[in-house]
Amino acid sequence: MTVKTPIYLDYSATTPVDPRVAEKMIPYITEHFGNPASRSHPFGWTAEEAVEEARDEVAKLVNADPREIVWTSGATESNNLAIKGAANFYSGTKGKHIITVQTEHKAVIDAVRDLERQGFTATYLAPEPNGLIDLEKFKAAIQPDTVLASVMFVNNEIGVIQDITAIGNICRENNIIFHVDAAQATGKVEIDLEKLPVDLMSFCAHKTYGPKGIGALYVRRKPRIRIEAQMHGGGHERGMRSGTLATHQIVGMGEAFRLARLEMKAENLKVRRLRDRLLAGLEEIDEVYVNGDMDHRVPHNLNISFNFVEGESLIMAVKDIAVSSGSACTSASLEPSYVLRALGRSDELAHSSIRFSIGRFTTEEDIDYTIALMKSKIGKLRELSPLWEMHLDGIDLSKVEWAAH
Amino acid sequence: MAYSDKVLDHYENPRNVGTLDKNDPHVGTGMVGAPACGDVMKLQIKVNDSGIIEDAKFKTYGCGSAIASSSLVTEWLKGKTLDQAAEIKNSAIAEELALPPVKIHCSVLAEDAIKAAVADLKSKQPA
Repeated sequence: MTVKTPIYLDYSATTPVDPRVAEKMIPYITEHFGNPASRSHPFGWTAEEAVEEARDEVAKLVNADPREIVWTSGATESNNLAIKGAANFYSGTKGKHIITVQTEHKAVIDAVRDLERQGFTATYLAPEPNGLIDLEKFKAAIQPDTVLASVMFVNNEIGVIQDITAIGNICRENNIIFHVDAAQATGKVEIDLEKLPVDLMSFCAHKTYGPKGIGALYVRRKPRIRIEAQMHGGGHERGMRSGTLATHQIVGMGEAFRLARLEMKAENLKVRRLRDRLLAGLEEIDEVYVNGDMDHRVPHNLNISFNFVEGESLIMAVKDIAVSSGSACTSASLEPSYVLRALGRSDELAHSSIRFSIGRFTTEEDIDYTIALMKSKIGKLRELSPLWEMHLDGIDLSKVEWAAH
Repeated sequence: MAYSDKVLDHYENPRNVGTLDKNDPHVGTGMVGAPACGDVMKLQIKVNDSGIIEDAKFKTYGCGSAIASSSLVTEWLKGKTLDQAAEIKNSAIAEELALPPVKIHCSVLAEDAIKAAVADLKSKQPA
């Protein structure tokens, strides 16, 4: 078997730019370099035309009106603009309470935390052990002054898909602005904003084979949602986000989303086949635990914990595959994933988790290589593990009194 | 994180992995650390009738530096008396493996494991 290592299985971190996308972008760096805001000459007109064509493509993928799409620098900015922009605009009339979820991306959680410092209050809902929200608990979190709720479409770590329709309907009934971070959803799940009861939705290009540094925020027109700008300047994007538009990046996002619209159905079938193959292979290893619901989940993601193996040594062992780990090995401390902790996973299982994320360019050979590698490395690390030995001897590790240090 | 070549070597080719009979009166066992802290080391030593350590085995659940620290001390322990073994200092382990400051605790754990194994062995032997 000949595969080129390291094998890239980290598509949820970022995707390569599809060569077709890159090709479409290049003329807008060199040749058609005009400022799309220049109204007085063809350089500007050409750039503006390209920007609007891309806006159409982004809108089409999610069945929105192009006038509802605001360009940003990425999903982090879109999340900040949506949450701070809507909370600040509506706090005077509706109130100052926000609902979000413990497993949201940091761009959502930290934006809400910032609002808390400014006098807002917030509820961070705990998900169920499968990563999904209990709708009754969501309802129970609503207060008379709840102004905004923010729930992600697809979780970045465990790939679970929240019931956006149901949550959105609850928000509508209670007159709450509903924001959805869909950074991990485009090209993976169907998004129809004509039907979805969502007011604001964040997108980015680089998780869907577009370039980094470009994203968009959907801002509903009917009923019209207002946001306070966070970036002030030339009044671009109808005043919601000032700053010269990055034409080539925008062209890239448009082309990436056009390809996603045309190819997602076939691609998801292929990706699902590969993911199921990977899961079947890894489940031949003893004491593995899948994190997150398997039914309400994008096919691209497999997050799995390997018991009795320590996280950092696991990452060292699998250097031939590029994956993400549940232990964020920061310089000083080993912090287990807050997402897995929110599901109720123990520190040990959270540490020893790996997120495999599969994408457009993953092959069957990549998957088979990965399965063989994991089997051999997990076997080797367990040979070394006193915990594995105790487990095989039938000792219940939770009952052992450890000499903590 | 960048590991030294010595850590990588011990991690890739750990020495003396295994288990000795913990009920053997010539075997001392030290188990230190806790799973929640991310490291558990089990170190075992076996002495001959002259009181010299003739075998040492380890198993470690932990990061590469923890595995390397325990693998290294099994090499160092062989041929030493119990008193010499108890003199092995974490600083020597850390220096040999060029451990970065955030990994010094791995060498401390290895030193603790030696002390625990020696104490276990002494408790088994008639005074």
